[in-house]
Amino acid sequence: MGANETGYIGQSLRRKEDARFLTGAGQYTDDVTMAHQTHAFFLRSPHAHAKIRGIDTAKAKKAPGVVAIYTGADLEGVNGLPCGWLITSVDGTPMKEPPHHVLAKDKVCYVGDHVALIIAETLDQAKDASELIVVDYDVLKAVVNCADALKPGAPQIHDLAPGNQCYKWAIGDKAAVDAAFAKAAHVTQLDIVNNRLVPNAIEPRAAVASYARADESYTLYVTSQNPHVERLLMTAFVLGLPEHKVRVIAPDVGGGFGSKIYLYAEETAMVWASKRVNRPIKWVAERSESFLSDAHGRDHVTHVELAMDKDGKFLAMRVDTIAAMGAYLSTFASCIPTILYATLLAGQYTTPAIYCEVTAAFTNTAPVDAYRGAGRPEATYVVERVVHQAAVEMGIPQDELRRRNFIRTFPYQTPVALLYDTGGYDATLDEAMKMADVNGYPARKADAAKRGKLRGIGYASYIEACGIAPSNIAGALGARAGLFEAGEVRVHPTGSVTVFTGSHSHGQGHETTFAQVVATRLGIPVENVDIVHGDTGRVLFGMGTYGSRSLAVGGTAIVKALDKIVAKGKKIAAHLLEAAEADIEFKDGKFSVAGTDRSKTFGEVALTAYVPHNYPLDKLEPGLNETAFYDPTNFTFPAGTHICEIEIDPDTGVTRIVNFSACDDFGNIINPMIVEGQVHGGLCQGIGQALLENCVYDKESGQLLTGSLMDYALPRADDVPSFKVSTKVTPCTHNPLGAKGCGEAGAIGAPAALMNAVLDALAPVGVKHFDMPASPHRVWRAIQSAQANA
Amino acid sequence: MYTIEYQKPKSVADAASLLAKSGGKALAGGQSLVAAMKLRLAQPGTLVDLGAIPDLKGIRKEGDALSIGAMTRHAEIAASTEVKRAIPVLASLAEGIGDRQVRNMGTLGGSLANNDPAADWPAAVLALNATVITNKRKIAAGDFFKGMYETALGADEIIVAVSFPAPKRCAYAKFPNPASRFALVGVFVAQLADGSVRVAVTGAASSVFRSAPLEAALAKSFTADAAKGVKVDAAALNNDLHGSPAYRAHLIAVMAARAVGAAG
Repeated sequence: MGANETGYIGQSLRRKEDARFLTGAGQYTDDVTMAHQTHAFFLRSPHAHAKIRGIDTAKAKKAPGVVAIYTGADLEGVNGLPCGWLITSVDGTPMKEPPHHVLAKDKVCYVGDHVALIIAETLDQAKDASELIVVDYDVLKAVVNCADALKPGAPQIHDLAPGNQCYKWAIGDKAAVDAAFAKAAHVTQLDIVNNRLVPNAIEPRAAVASYARADESYTLYVTSQNPHVERLLMTAFVLGLPEHKVRVIAPDVGGGFGSKIYLYAEETAMVWASKRVNRPIKWVAERSESFLSDAHGRDHVTHVELAMDKDGKFLAMRVDTIAAMGAYLSTFASCIPTILYATLLAGQYTTPAIYCEVTAAFTNTAPVDAYRGAGRPEATYVVERVVHQAAVEMGIPQDELRRRNFIRTFPYQTPVALLYDTGGYDATLDEAMKMADVNGYPARKADAAKRGKLRGIGYASYIEACGIAPSNIAGALGARAGLFEAGEVRVHPTGSVTVFTGSHSHGQGHETTFAQVVATRLGIPVENVDIVHGDTGRVLFGMGTYGSRSLAVGGTAIVKALDKIVAKGKKIAAHLLEAAEADIEFKDGKFSVAGTDRSKTFGEVALTAYVPHNYPLDKLEPGLNETAFYDPTNFTFPAGTHICEIEIDPDTGVTRIVNFSACDDFGNIINPMIVEGQVHGGLCQGIGQALLENCVYDKESGQLLTGSLMDYALPRADDVPSFKVSTKVTPCTHNPLGAKGCGEAGAIGAPAALMNAVLDALAPVGVKHFDMPASPHRVWRAIQSAQANA
Repeated sequence: MYTIEYQKPKSVADAASLLAKSGGKALAGGQSLVAAMKLRLAQPGTLVDLGAIPDLKGIRKEGDALSIGAMTRHAEIAASTEVKRAIPVLASLAEGIGDRQVRNMGTLGGSLANNDPAADWPAAVLALNATVITNKRKIAAGDFFKGMYETALGADEIIVAVSFPAPKRCAYAKFPNPASRFALVGVFVAQLADGSVRVAVTGAASSVFRSAPLEAALAKSFTADAAKGVKVDAAALNNDLHGSPAYRAHLIAVMAARAVGAAG
């Protein structure tokens, strides 16, 4: 396929990476096997909260095949796992950061907490040995619910965090909000629980750590979304190793959804141990370990109030949220329910005053951190649920109330810190309504009623902040790292190109999308471009992939490097064509002298750069290899409207999605097929949260009750409909690709759209309030209790 | 998985004597047992694989009854024209078990011997008044299921086949657990050749059971409305994340009604 005027931009190219994935040629961490490799098993706490009086490993150490056993006491000089974002409480104090030991020292704080690392010749031997370890626990009372954890008398988890409070943070103008509420014609209030989720990437977490005595270096293969960040945190903050002596490789990774951003205890302990045992160590999580120890998502309890004038114009919003942190602060835990949540509470609306308080609580559960959407699904859920309820209470049609409050002039400064650069919210709402055939809905509802079914329709007009993030803004908000991205474009002598990106693909299709950008810009066949990612030994630096940032930030870094390639190419071409550099134009893979037919192809210029026989060596270095770092000037703001239509069988409580329409504005789109795939995946996860998924710990014992797929309900193909998706485009104004990001939108819009539909369907039977998930049992119970109270 | 000794005998007699000698467990597809072994929840010591015994396989019409060998896989039953001709509901029940991998490995006999409280086959066996034929005796369905994961089988007793008498009509309606897709409530309704009605319920209690009130109501009037009108007692029913006893009791009547509707 050749490149034309717009090259490959906007073309649904088949994914370059799929051939290897579909034929079993992918190289995942578990595919890495090293000579003399040992196997690791982690002994985990069976208790949610307990003091460790002692650990006896003597017998286990003598078990067959055991190479070494380490406990917290062995990790002398190893620091705790750090949190990358400092949140400051309203009283000016920094958030509480209790020690997050790599292996537990004196206590365990959740079921699954790491107690010992057993290294043996085989995995079964490591497991056998683990059963011989005797841990003397003094079991303490546990608290698993974030609201309960803040109540007086709750079990105290960390000495450093009295009352289990990590921080109490706020954003917005409280006085302005109070004043607006005082003159409101109507106030709508809701109490909302955002259910805890377990990420469940299809590839569980895994690591292979090795040490080379020859040069005192370490190599870690690990399921990571951001290997450079993993290396930086591990070397500089935890293990005190020289960064240049550690290579972190995240090879093919089978899904992340946030859960593979973080620095975890397992690989950290293994890198440390690899030098002690002087042999490679492999660990692959079993699914039940993933449930216990991967960082979970969501888990908010929120009270929201929306003040309106008599026409339904939003005057102010007040939000009070309790967010679970889990037992310890995971890598980015603190910023999810604050920076990535409360700043999105304006939604698509002109609400002039917003005040949000967030109290973060420690609980005896797995840590909570970013999960697809990370704060933004929670914000959309609060905003769109309360807007739905307000429309019901005011008797205003759902679309009409939204339209009365849409932002229409850009740039728009929200009262919660963000500056929206562009958007077109009417367009996505109009299109979604067309796709959903809203006009035909009353007839469909009547038909359903005839069949004894309850039909409902729900809207969610969401916004998200992606392209994370302008480092200066993030820094001012507490980020302890920059959030730029790096790219390197290496042109080979024959004109083919290898691109090294700090973004990481674990399902997103970067190897195709980025290649389309590069091939188009250089006017070369897409087959001549390879994308390399996920290796600190090959890629100069990178902040990784999360927050729908890869194309907007990582892609732009590549574009900046391409600009440098073209600029240097022009110099070389000017020399070859004996023209002034200012007269050289580059288009469709050719450097030409403006207004003439004299030109040199990209390949000729590349060859000249590496075979500089006729070359301005006095002015210009040979070679054609450029790097760029790009730090965005603003977030990007993908937005759209999702409309969900459902039917409930009141006999069984089963909710069936009959139609799901999503119209999204992701800015410019490089590969529509990949974008559509991302939307489908996101919608499935959003529908999963709203319909099926719910992570439950036992209130008394703190045991994880949904510890396997037997009890934790993931969506299957027959749980979701054939989606209708489309896009509208307002290009992002501040990156050269005009791209906003699409990876999380589905998971952000779907829960609110689906639950609004459920509430619409249940309204006639008297159900006024209902929390996710809309599982059959819960829906049936809601109907029963509404009828009992009627 | 703990270390085990693995045996693969060629005859039922050899299998029985290996089980008697070792105190081990029979492997009849392994879709529950092997998973439990991998999780270290089961430690059988010796595993006696029944997969190489020809006498345990096959589907035959025997008079008015359908005889299915214990080691016949769910997928084989689902695809069997013999089953579809004699008692088609058994084929569709088999088609609804687990996923394709489970159906390709799991067996009728394995499922019955395991007697998982949410398994499908026990409901069919109990409602159709089938006979479980072992290497030692014939056990009536009503005497076979003893409680959660408990059956009348002795330690070295092996199911050889199950004989299903053809009913007048029957149907099975399963309400799946949204996570596992095992039966949260599964109701097998049958009107036997002699006109009697049997209703077996799986998934709802500690073991499969017959519902006397549903049988009584359907004996009077074999209609969906009759089933739906029955108030099922929730007292002994399971309570878990996916369903309270009251919900399960309600679903039993709803699923019974749907099964009756499907039975025609």
